[in-house]
Amino acid sequence: MATAHEKTQNDLRSTPVRDAEYTTVSGRPVEPVYTKADVPHLDSTLPGEYPYTRGVHPTMYRGKLWTMRMFAGMGTAAQTNERFKFLLQKGQTGLSTAFDNPTLYGWDSDHPLSMGEVGKTGVAVDTLADMERLFDGIPLDQVSTSMTINAPAAWVFTMFLANAEKRGIDFAKLRGTLQNDILKEYIAQKEWIFPPEPHIKLITDLMAFCSENVPQWNTISISGYHIREAGATAAQELAFTLADGFCYVDHALAAGQDIDDFAPRLSFFFNSHLDFFEEIAKLRAARRIWARHLRERYKAKNPRSWLCRFHVQTAGCSLTAQQPEINIVRTALEALAGVLGGCQSLHTNSMDEALALPSDKAAEIALRTQQIIAFESGAANVADPLGGSYFIEKLTDELEADAEKYFEQIDVLGGMVKAIERGFPQQEITRSAYEYQKAVSEQRKIIVGVNDFANEGEELVIPILEIDESVEREQVVSLRKVKEGRDNLAVKDRLEKLERAARDNRNLIPYLLDSCRVYTTLGEIRQALVKVYGEYKEQAFY
Amino acid sequence: MAEQPIKVVVGKPGLDGHDRGAKVVARALVEAGMEVVYLGLQQTPEAIVAAALEEDADVIGLSILSGAHMPHFRRVKELMDQQGLGDRLLTGGGIIPTKDQETLSGMGVGKLFGPGDDPQMIVAYIREWVKEHPRA
Repeated sequence: MATAHEKTQNDLRSTPVRDAEYTTVSGRPVEPVYTKADVPHLDSTLPGEYPYTRGVHPTMYRGKLWTMRMFAGMGTAAQTNERFKFLLQKGQTGLSTAFDNPTLYGWDSDHPLSMGEVGKTGVAVDTLADMERLFDGIPLDQVSTSMTINAPAAWVFTMFLANAEKRGIDFAKLRGTLQNDILKEYIAQKEWIFPPEPHIKLITDLMAFCSENVPQWNTISISGYHIREAGATAAQELAFTLADGFCYVDHALAAGQDIDDFAPRLSFFFNSHLDFFEEIAKLRAARRIWARHLRERYKAKNPRSWLCRFHVQTAGCSLTAQQPEINIVRTALEALAGVLGGCQSLHTNSMDEALALPSDKAAEIALRTQQIIAFESGAANVADPLGGSYFIEKLTDELEADAEKYFEQIDVLGGMVKAIERGFPQQEITRSAYEYQKAVSEQRKIIVGVNDFANEGEELVIPILEIDESVEREQVVSLRKVKEGRDNLAVKDRLEKLERAARDNRNLIPYLLDSCRVYTTLGEIRQALVKVYGEYKEQAFY
Repeated sequence: MAEQPIKVVVGKPGLDGHDRGAKVVARALVEAGMEVVYLGLQQTPEAIVAAALEEDADVIGLSILSGAHMPHFRRVKELMDQQGLGDRLLTGGGIIPTKDQETLSGMGVGKLFGPGDDPQMIVAYIREWVKEHPRA
């Protein structure tokens, strides 16, 4: 027999409504209204209390606002250094570094595959000399620094450490985050060097090294952002990201580390897309799932090990090249969802990012958007202000259940590495991307300015940042000068020692640090390690 | 005799890993009855043109969102002309500023598509182009 609640919902379903598809941006059907009956087991815990659904701190943003961390990087190290200082001067509270494509693959700027890519979508870093210029004049013991780098993350990080050392900054004072998440590279971002196992070995090496030497550093930022950008639904983003997290935990445990030594330094990175409530629910679900698994499955004792702390970036894939100014509004909504979802740091995209890297002006507006949310909107006054909303709580439960279903499927496949090698998450995401595109093509999903409300004969009126082709020539020349000026015998020696250590399966971080100290290039280190580990090739499919 | 389906080689030259668009377009072309050879990531211009030659493709579609479009389109077009594929269509998409699209168009590159463009526009464009440029 139908309950009173079901009857209400049935009545509402048969009430005439606008002709539209009532689903989230991820295609999840939603009811016309939610009631107490949708959440019979309401999570009545407090923020700062296990399982942290409502936030990682009891007072959330009263204690400390989220870090306003704008992702920046273009051209040469000197150009990016200027942008860093510009953003700090405008009130940003943390740094976030974008590297160019050759750097992300560990290729030097003078490698044939780097043609046309140097400094285009991030900063070019080849040696310690670039790292010195990149952070010149920035107090690394006071500002936290995030670096979005994965395949060669271990040796870009040791380059960062070598720079800190040269400047006399104690490693224990360094705060920041290394993205260092290779699993999502195979799934979505596609920037890898070796097969999964050696990459994961480098990650667990770094976790062990930092536990001892760089204790305030977040050794990994397990990322759903790229998974979502590649077309995943909210549930897929949540599930694959946390499944990646479990995979790293399993590997670190297998390497003999204690869960409470490394788990407190694991951090996460989520997307905030346009479907406001679903995104907030996803972030709440992430905290609850992570806490439960770490405490109950992995038996972590330290409450800090249970915390899913995360960075949020607004959804690049939601931005339109058409009427770019209205992207400011999209970003504001997404950023507010990130804050209401309890993020620890936030990047807001600029209006021009469907066209180019952000101009100064566009980046400033994006930062100001965060400042308005923080200081004008009132959103930062109350922890988890949407907790207890029937809709939010129901969505949180649903997303958690969806993620658990994916965890079971991944277990059946033999874990995340096996699932990736079989292309499981990749195919799930590709399917979702195509379904979304179809919904847009058929106007079941409306994108303002694109498939509805479009302006005929629109002309672009905002400034566009251009990266001149001379950047590549300049960078190649500067790399040659470094190679001429360094002690090449020392470089050869360090590379031989590194290769031997890799063959002997030792922790490679000290060897990488030694190599970086003498201005060994990113590509030389890549080459030495590829000799031992080989390269990964993807089976192309669509 | 049944008409041969239009054959399109789709690839991502350079180091750009953003393959969402290329995959969605590849699928849309297949659903529109075309034959797609999807090469995937990290392709060199040489490998792309070699594949087009081997497959006797009607169209090459490049996807580049990394800003490296100028040298890659230039090089692929050069190689196509050198290897007797000058009468085939070179098209593509990504984050490509209008100014660069105009320069590339002057070099004989076809229409380029960007964010927000519907895959059906690409289907229609390719069909039309192939119809208007029958093979000698």
